[in-house]
Amino acid sequence: MKPAAFDYVAPRTVDEALNALGDTRRDVRVLAGGQSLILEMHLQRIRPDLVVDINRVAGLDRLSVNDGTVEIGALVRHGVFESPQAVPGPLGRLFALAAVNIAHPPIRACGTMVGSLAWAHPASEWCAIALALDAAIEVRSTGGAREIAARDYFRGPFQTARARDELITSVRFPLPADGTGVGFMEHRRTHFCFAQVAVAAALSAQDGLISDARIGLVNCADRPIRAHAAEQVLIGREITVPAVGNRLPGGHPFARAGRIAADQDAAPLAEPYADPEYRRQVIAVLVGRTLRQAAEGVLQ
Amino acid sequence: MKITLTVNGDDYPLDVEPRRILADVLREDCRLTGTHLGCEHGVCGACTVLVDGKAVRSCLMLAVQCDGRSVRTVEGLAGPDGEPHPLQRAFSAEHALQCGFCTPGFLMVAAGALEADPTIGDDPERVHGLVESNICRCTGYEPIRRAIMRAAAESAFADPSGGGEEPAAGGRPEF
Repeated sequence: MKPAAFDYVAPRTVDEALNALGDTRRDVRVLAGGQSLILEMHLQRIRPDLVVDINRVAGLDRLSVNDGTVEIGALVRHGVFESPQAVPGPLGRLFALAAVNIAHPPIRACGTMVGSLAWAHPASEWCAIALALDAAIEVRSTGGAREIAARDYFRGPFQTARARDELITSVRFPLPADGTGVGFMEHRRTHFCFAQVAVAAALSAQDGLISDARIGLVNCADRPIRAHAAEQVLIGREITVPAVGNRLPGGHPFARAGRIAADQDAAPLAEPYADPEYRRQVIAVLVGRTLRQAAEGVLQ
Repeated sequence: MKITLTVNGDDYPLDVEPRRILADVLREDCRLTGTHLGCEHGVCGACTVLVDGKAVRSCLMLAVQCDGRSVRTVEGLAGPDGEPHPLQRAFSAEHALQCGFCTPGFLMVAAGALEADPTIGDDPERVHGLVESNICRCTGYEPIRRAIMRAAAESAFADPSGGGEEPAAGGRPEF
C-alpha cells in the first residue's frame, strides 16, 4: 500500500514546529528519521492529517556535553553512536554496543535516538538504555517546556507521557563515572528481526564490591523495563568473573540476577517463535552474560 | 507541492503530492527505473539510493523531504561515456547477480559505504555487515561480498603501492 494523503509542513524553527503541533483536533505526526513512521503510513496503520517534518529545524542536530550530562538533539541519527567516541566514557561505549543492533546502516543513517524514544517500541534498544541510566526527556509545546524522567515516561507499548502537542527536542543522559562497566546484548532470530530480548547493563564497584547496578530490559514486557529486583541482588556482592571461556556457575551473583530478572522483573508477552517460557530462559541467560560483559569493563 | 530534486547531477523540477515516496517519484516522475521496489517497508534494500552521499531506503523517505537535496541512483554510477563503475565491473566479474532485481540496491549501499570509507573493503567482517542490510535470493551473498572487496581493491582508493596491474584511470568514475 501507499501512504494516504496528508498535509505537509517543513518548519525552520522549533517555534514553527510547535505551532503546527498545537492543532490537536487533527492527527499531527512529527517526521524525524521516518523509519518507523513512514513504514506505518505505508501500511496505513497511521493516516496523519498533517506531517511536521523537523529535519530542517536548526539546532536539533546538536550533541553536546556539559556538567556531567550529554544532551542529544532530536535529529541526531542512530549511526552517530556507532563510534564509541561520539559520547565520552562508558556511555559512549554502551551506545556503540547497542547501536549496531539497530536495523542496518541505511536505516541508522536516517533514524534518530529521540525518534525511537518518541515511538516507544517495546523492543527499542535506546528505550532500555534511557531507563537504565535515568535519562530525562526534554519536551516543549507552545505552553512551555518540561522534562520527563525516563521512569515516568513509558506507559505501555508505543505509549508515552508525551502530550500530543509536545515535541521532544532532546534527551539528556547523566554521564556515568569513568570506572563504570557497561554491557549490551541482544537475541533475535535473524539480523532483520526485532529483539526477542535485549539487555543493557551498567555496573560500578568500590573496594571490589558492586556499589551500583543498572539493568534495562527490551521486549521483556509490554514496555521497556528496569530489572530492579535483579539489581538489588547484586548490590554489595563481590565483583568477579570466571576465566575467559568458562561458564557462569549457577550460584554466581550474575546467574542469580539473571534468574530473578527473568522470573520477577520480566513479564514477557507471547509472540510468534518465542513463547513467554522460552523468553524467560533467554532473559536469564542474557542478563547473566551482559552483567559479565559489564563486570569485565569494571575489572579491566 | 513544487520541489526540485537533483538526481545524478540533473535538476528535476517536480510537482508531487507529499504522500509520494522518493522511490516512486524517481521511477515514475524522473523516469529512472533503475531503482527497484521490493518490500516497500525498509527490509529488502532493493530501493537503496544515496541522498547527500548517504545510503538510504528510498521507500522510507518522502520525495518532498529531498527538496533541494542531491540524490544518486544506480543510473548515476556509470561514467559519462557509459563506462561501468568499478563496482559494476566487479559485480559482473564475480557473478554477483543472477536475476538482478536486488542489484541496484547492493550497488548503491556499497557505493555509499566505500565512498565514505574505502577501507571497508579490506575487512571481510565489515563487508559482511554491509551486505546484511539487503536481501538477495539468488547469489547467497558470497559473490556480492567478493565483488565489493574486488571493487575496493581495484578502485582509485586502493593503496597505489599494491595496485601494480591497475589500468590507467582515463575518465573512469572514481569512488
